[in-house]
Order: sequence, then structure tokens, then C-alpha cells
Amino acid sequence: MADVNTPSGATTAGSIEVGTAGAGAQLAGPGTGRGTAVQQPIDARVAVKPSYDVNDFPVPHGREEDWRFTPLHRLNGLHDGTAAEGATGQDKLELALPDGVTAETVGRDDARLGTAGKPVDRVAAQAFSAFEQALVVTVPKEQVLTEPVKIDVHGEGGVRFAHVVVDVKPFAEAVVVINHTGTGTRAANVELLVGEGAKLTFVSVQDWERDAVHAAQHTALVGRDATFKSVAVTFGGDLVRIHPRVTYAAPGGEAELFGLYFADAGQHLEHRLVIDHDTPHCRSNVVYKGALQGQDAHAVWVGDVLIRAAAVGTDTYEHNRNLVLTDGARVDSIPNLEIETGEIVGAGHASATGRFDDEQLFYLQARGIPAEEARRLVVRGFFAELVQQIGIAEIQDHLMEKIEAELEATVA
Amino acid sequence: MATLEIRDLHVSVEAETGPREILRGVDLTVKQGETHAIMGPNGSGKSTLAYSLAGHPKYTVTGGSVLLDGEDVLAMSVDERARAGVFLAMQYPVEVPGVSVSNFLRTAATAIRGEAPKLRTWVKEVKEAMAALQMDPAFAERNVNEGFSGGEKKRHEILQLELLKPKIAILDETDSGLDVDALRIVSEGINRVRSTGEVGTLLVTHYTRILRYIKPDHVHVFAAGRIVESGGAELADKLEEEGYESYVKGGASE
Repeated sequence: MADVNTPSGATTAGSIEVGTAGAGAQLAGPGTGRGTAVQQPIDARVAVKPSYDVNDFPVPHGREEDWRFTPLHRLNGLHDGTAAEGATGQDKLELALPDGVTAETVGRDDARLGTAGKPVDRVAAQAFSAFEQALVVTVPKEQVLTEPVKIDVHGEGGVRFAHVVVDVKPFAEAVVVINHTGTGTRAANVELLVGEGAKLTFVSVQDWERDAVHAAQHTALVGRDATFKSVAVTFGGDLVRIHPRVTYAAPGGEAELFGLYFADAGQHLEHRLVIDHDTPHCRSNVVYKGALQGQDAHAVWVGDVLIRAAAVGTDTYEHNRNLVLTDGARVDSIPNLEIETGEIVGAGHASATGRFDDEQLFYLQARGIPAEEARRLVVRGFFAELVQQIGIAEIQDHLMEKIEAELEATVA
Repeated sequence: MATLEIRDLHVSVEAETGPREILRGVDLTVKQGETHAIMGPNGSGKSTLAYSLAGHPKYTVTGGSVLLDGEDVLAMSVDERARAGVFLAMQYPVEVPGVSVSNFLRTAATAIRGEAPKLRTWVKEVKEAMAALQMDPAFAERNVNEGFSGGEKKRHEILQLELLKPKIAILDETDSGLDVDALRIVSEGINRVRSTGEVGTLLVTHYTRILRYIKPDHVHVFAAGRIVESGGAELADKLEEEGYESYVKGGASE
């Protein structure tokens, strides 16, 4: 029996509350579950010039800061050009569009493509260089949707590069859900344009079959006084690497990035996000939670927040929690915060990775609750805290059902 | 009538220097309707007895037996013991983030009773039990033990005792850390359960204070891992005056 006094793991936290400090205060706060400190990692990433062209990026070898956790040999050639040689895979696409919302399939030359931001790594650039047609979903100005826009993507194998633009015009309000099922090797860019005063909740669910490979960059451009909420949910796939990025087009923007993942034996689930505060008076809040179970289940979470000199009045916090349910699983959790101005409201980050708490289990069992049910109760509670913050009942119910199913299948 | 029989119980914990024996032959019989106070100095092993009976994995039973109505308790898992009727009110109840008190209580009651309690009667039952312990109804929506004060944690333990109706209730230092008002409220809760005559109570305590509210039928002095003296309620009075000094010379462990 495990020693009940070892909630082993790691916790890092840091925060600063600034009211009066002068400009130029700098704080870099790298932290990792394994104690490997990386100096100025955000600078290193920002130094990579974003580009639409795959040839502008060297083929990664695995030691690069961006790629050091990713098992490149399991990317099925998305990173080295070989996947692009036979990109004949197909997806079955189903759309549910509320009244007023348009969805168009457009060619590569459509002027609306590439406006949220450029690809920042070779796989995203590969996707941009190789996709044939893009999907553009537009929510008209001032249109307030009462039903979500649903985009169901069912991979039917092979390699495919995809491009999606979600354009929410000023003062419109929308929930857009992309649900990925099936299998294949997929690289994609998703552009999220949130107009002035608009509200977008974007949910991306990676519910792939066990052998799928999926890399995607989600690039959001948040307009003046706009509200953007991103929810990344990753359960399936062999290797999934999701890269949400937020930049602000004008002051007053607000971004919340939520994520939850459940890694089973052998799965590599990676979420790396970048929030680039380059505009005054914007807010961001990040909460990602993951559970891991089984041999070589691997979760990677990297959260980079950059507050540039111009971004006075910024308020940001990021938080990652991981629950390791069995031996043999591994978490790399790295919150990074880099601040180039002291004239901010607040900035902080926290990361905690812990084992399943045997004392919790004992407490629940001592009340007659069988061990498996007790584990489920705890894991369900762990995720419920986050799911409750999504704010859309239908999606919350669906996610809790998915978590239930994951628990049924794996916590046994 | 339910009877808990503890015979020559030996229990060890894993220490840096290897296994260390904490309980060194405990003999005790607790019958339904009786209240036994186990009193002893810090480190005498009385909490180890409480947690061993509940089946905490930290403790290894190296000898002896524990029977509940003839059934081998030591062969049962933690949750099986609870379902068989053993309840441990903990000194340090554990936080369970994301799990609400109401969800927890209902899950526990379902497990103990073997079927989900009918919603309407259950809600009423919980409400009344909470009111009796002077707990705010909003308490039910908080996460289990998260951010609870010491007094709230203990009331929550006794709330569970009232709802789960065990055959044997082991109360581990339930009085510690309580002010006089909270001690009275918690004691009244324990007395309500005792007054049914359906529970055997094992009251583990360092202090005699709680015995002003809860009158034991038997008092046992615990020292160096075993019961060294047993008597009636008058033994508590003797301890109140003389303390544990005469019991601890050179024998304390843990």
C-alpha cells in the first residue's frame, strides 16, 4: 500500500501585484514540475519569426524549446515535409449553423485568411502552406446567437491540412464548437477574429480515436472591449498538440483560456499557449486541468504570458493543475511570465502536479464508498470545478458525460 | 446485539528504522448501547487504535483479531468496514475539492444503506440533522471540509454519524480544538445518537472535558500501546485529578 503521507509532486506559484512600481520592472518566472529552469524562454520563442511559409522554419530535431517535449517520430511526418507529400486524407464535415450565420468554403487566395496572425512553428506553417480549401464561418454584426455553431469533423484517415476562420463581427455573440472524432493525421490553423465588443466562446474538443495525430494552432485576435473564451478539451488521439494564441487588436479585450485533458496510457497530450499582451488594459485568465493514468501517459502544458512595455493596466493569471492517478505517467508543466512594464494591475501563475491523494480516498472509503467510486468522485470533482466556469449548460453537461465515460473506461 | 471484540491486537507502522510496534496487545469489547472512553497521553497509541479499526493503510496489523458480530473486520476493506457498521469520526477530516457536502452525504448514505435514499425524505433528514447541529443550510453546497473551521469539521463528522447510523462509532479526539459552545453542540449530537441505544461508542480523548457532556459506562486508560487500567466513570475523575503521570513512566511510544 502506498505511503499515505506522500502527496508527491510539485507546486510552483508566483504572483505580483503592482500598483506603483516604475516601468521596466522585469520578472521572468519559469517553473517546471521537474525543476528544470529555462532562462528567457519566451524571448527564444518570440525570436522565431512567424511565417505563412513552411520553408521559413527549419525541420525541428527535438532539442528546440518549442519541440523538446514532443515525440517527433509520432508526428507522422507533419514536421519534416513527408506528410505533405501525400495529403489525400478526407474529413466528413457536418455543420450546424444558427440563422444568420454563414459558412463558406473558400480557396487559398481569399483575403480573409491569415488575418488573425501567422503560424509560429513549422507544423502550423506546413498546414498553412498545404491546405487546399478553408472554411470561413461568419457571425454578422450585432447578431446574438442563442444556439451554438457546431462544426463536427470526423477524420476518415490519411493526412489532411485544414484551415478554419471564425469571424465574429462587432457586437455579435456566439458560441462555436469544433468537435473532432475519427482518425487521421491532421494539422490545422484556426483563426478566431473577435470584433469590437463581440463575445466569442470557442470550444475545441479532441475526441479522436486512439491512433489519431493532431496539431493545431488557434490564433485569436481580440478586438476592442471584446470577450474571448477558449475551451480546449482533449481526451483522444495518440499525439495531440494544441497551441492557442491570443493577441489583442485594441484596449479593453478580455480572454479566458480553459482547458481540460485526460491522458491514458501512451497518449501524448500537449497544450501550449501564448498570450501576448501588447495592448493596454486587457485581461487574461488561464485555467488548465489534466488527469493522467497509465504507463507513459504524458501531458505537457506550457503557458507563456508576455506583458510588453506598452501593455499598461494588464491583469493576468494562469493556473495549471494535474492529477496523476497512477505510476508511470508524466507531466511537464511550465508557466512562464515575462513582464516588461510595472504599470499593471496584476500578474501571476501557479502550477501544481500531485498524485491522487490517498487520504481523500481513505476518508471517502471510511464512509462506505467503494474505492473505485471514491476515485471517480474525486476526479469528477477535480474537473467539475473547471467545467462549471465554462458557463454553457449544454457543453458542461456534455463534458461531464465525457469525463464520466473516460472514468468508466479507465479508472478501473 | 452488535458487539465489537478486539483481541490481543498488535499494530505496527513503517518507520525509517523499520517497522515499529504501536499497539501491543489491545483487548476490548464494545457492545451496542455502551459508551467506552479510551483515555491516554499523547503517543500512547489511542489514535492508532481508532485508525486501525477503520482500516487506514498506514497501519499494519501484525497480530490479534477484531470481530464485529463474529465477522472478521481485519479481512474487510475500508469501505466494507464502514458498510458493516464501523464509523470513524476523524480528528483531522480531509478536504475533498470539487465534491459538495450534499453530494458526499448522499453518496455515503447510498453506499451504507445499500440503496439511494428517497430524495424527499432525504432532504428533510439532512436539513433536520444540520439544524440540530446548528449548521447553516448553505453548508451543504460547500466542498467537503474545504475551508471549514475546526468546529465546522467536527460538526460535519457528527452530522455523518447521525445520518449513517453505524453500529460502532469511533470518535477520535472529536473534542480537540473545540470551544465550549461547539463542544456542547457536538456532544449533544453524539448523545442523540447514543440515546437510540443502537450504537456502541468508543470515545478516544486526551481530555476529561468532553466527559462532562458524555457519560461513559467504561473508562480505559491507554498507555504504551495497550489498556493498562479499566474502570467506571469514576476512573475519569481520578485522571482529572492525577493526570497520566503514573501510567507513562518509560513506556510511551510513537
